[in-house]
Amino acid sequence: MDSLLSQLPIGLSIGAVLLLIALGLTFTFGQMGVINMAHGEFIMAGAYTAYMLQDWAGSQAVVVALPVAFAIAGALGWVLERLAIRHFYGRPLDTLLLTWGVSLVLQQAARDIFGAPNVQVVAPSWLSGRIEVLGGNLPYARLFIMVLAIACVAGIWAYLNRSAQGRRMRAVMQNRELAACSGVATARTDQLTFFIGSGLAGVAGVALTLIGPVGPSLGTYYIVDAFLVVVAGGLGQLRGAVIAAGALGMLNSYAEFWTDASLAKVIVFAVIIVFLQLRPQGLFVLRTRALT
Amino acid sequence: MRNPFSRPLMAAVLLPAALLTACGGESKSPAAPGGGGDTIKVGVLHSLSGTMAISEVTVKNSETMAIEEINARGGVLGKKLEAVVEDGASDWPTFAQKAQKLIRKDKVAAVFGGWTSASRKAMLPVFERNKALLWYPVQYEGLESSPYIFYTGATTNQQIVPGLEYLTKEKGKKKLFLVGSDYVFPRTANKIIKAYAKANGMQILGEEYTPLGHTEYSTLVNKISAAKPDAVFNTLNGDSNVAFFKQLKSAGLADPGAMPVMSVSIAEEEVKGIGVGNIAGQPVAWNYYQTTKGAVNDTFVRAFQARHKGAVTSDPMEAGYNAVHLWAKAVEKAGSTDVAKVKAAAAGLSLDLPEGKVTIDGSNQHVYKTARIGVIQPDGLIKEVWASDEPIKPDPHLRSYPWAAGLSS
Repeated sequence: MDSLLSQLPIGLSIGAVLLLIALGLTFTFGQMGVINMAHGEFIMAGAYTAYMLQDWAGSQAVVVALPVAFAIAGALGWVLERLAIRHFYGRPLDTLLLTWGVSLVLQQAARDIFGAPNVQVVAPSWLSGRIEVLGGNLPYARLFIMVLAIACVAGIWAYLNRSAQGRRMRAVMQNRELAACSGVATARTDQLTFFIGSGLAGVAGVALTLIGPVGPSLGTYYIVDAFLVVVAGGLGQLRGAVIAAGALGMLNSYAEFWTDASLAKVIVFAVIIVFLQLRPQGLFVLRTRALT
Repeated sequence: MRNPFSRPLMAAVLLPAALLTACGGESKSPAAPGGGGDTIKVGVLHSLSGTMAISEVTVKNSETMAIEEINARGGVLGKKLEAVVEDGASDWPTFAQKAQKLIRKDKVAAVFGGWTSASRKAMLPVFERNKALLWYPVQYEGLESSPYIFYTGATTNQQIVPGLEYLTKEKGKKKLFLVGSDYVFPRTANKIIKAYAKANGMQILGEEYTPLGHTEYSTLVNKISAAKPDAVFNTLNGDSNVAFFKQLKSAGLADPGAMPVMSVSIAEEEVKGIGVGNIAGQPVAWNYYQTTKGAVNDTFVRAFQARHKGAVTSDPMEAGYNAVHLWAKAVEKAGSTDVAKVKAAAAGLSLDLPEGKVTIDGSNQHVYKTARIGVIQPDGLIKEVWASDEPIKPDPHLRSYPWAAGLSS
């Protein structure tokens, strides 16, 4: 029974990881409808940013890297949007192939620049402890990821709902033509949306260096989970993503506890498939006239 | 044996390979392979691109170094060796195709290559059909002995069984938790471990598998924490090791004194990516370390690092290096590169190599190897803490172990 309870914080912390990797996608995929297979590689770019900053910031690199990774991954995303994706708006299948190709290119680039073996990112010493919650261990590193995920959600929520630019972003997603008629620069809004979405992937990448490998294939380990969260939560829905990530985290945690890791994956996928049969639009739905 | 991806691909390879042979027809097999000119051709077949390249390129480097060493002292049978290097591209059908090409077109005297069990299984029928020789340099799951393959890496009784013996007999660990990636090597290894445990009064508290590339280990760590084992036996492969050790460490369970985690797939090269702080003090089981004592190894490490600055030398690299030297010695002894004669000459052959004295067992074409348990040091190298008294006779089917009866059926 003790270990049953101790799976609870684990489920929450898995949920926080899922939420963090999916947040960026709620912008690029959720809001804009771009199936961005290179999202995982923006996560990887964030992780390598933390690695590179170690020379300069030492063991505090993970903290310093958060804003830097946001800028770098965001810039990568912006370049991708300007050079390629904007020519494919409204053609989801072509975008899928295009961004998948880009993801392969970015993986190989990382291999050429940093080498194929994993690299080491040293966690700050103040993240090395743990607290006991419900009879289980909750490492500070996991707590940090939870706090970061909450902070990101709060920041995004405030931006979308309280800032003028955030409202313009929502306006473009909900009705592009009307927004354009009202004087919103839709192309520039697209660029900004893509920048923020990609930048959030970079932030997730920095956090993941605390718990996982840092190597060229890092992005491929998380991309599917990120899409699962966004699809289950409902496209473009922040609260949908939050609830879906939490639910999937719990499901993962208990499914693996009662069975094993391989079977847990099967169970999660099965549940999502059944759920999407019943509710193809995801948890929450917003009527939009997005780019499609 | 690391990272073997889809085994269904193996089936796909058999067909084209078989067709190739059929089209080629039975060639008038020449007296001895390797070419009749001034040189003897040998094949080097590893993944130089793709996901396995990281590991296999290092083995290719040590094998070509051995070939150059042999040439520097005058070659074999008065002829220089000529390496034909091919890229298996981390793709098992490609391994079979390239092996066929090396044997049929280049007419090489022997091929040194392979890493994953999947690539070996893909090449096996090609070598058997052509009656050609493959020298395979990586520790693997055993239960195989092809007459056309020489295995210079460890089989299970030279790595996994000694690893277990170290935990029980040296450290008094009786309760084990098994963690592995979900594919043939860990599952076979754990079958052997469970049979051993049953016969030796050990308890298996848990057996968990995770998919290759799995990165979320908090639930598994929680299960280990709840089971309270004396030790963990780890057959995880690739990047999962990084996530596992990081999360074990942050959960406060990375105490090698209280609960050692014995790994069989982590060598010098992998330690860097895991982060030495997360894994220092943990035991590993191999047959060779860069720090292995001996003049032969000192020369080997120096020569290798002179070619590749800052490189480490690992067990599979050493086994690949050994393979070339053992083959050359067998050819000298046979006076020919003819496969049947080389096989006959290789039986019982012995050489002083970086890991110590290595002898080929003619009955199964594996080699006698000293088992070594090492502990990962804060500098990232591995220090030997225990070794078998003498090189262990290879027993791929574990026939000499009563507790293993029924495993190899």
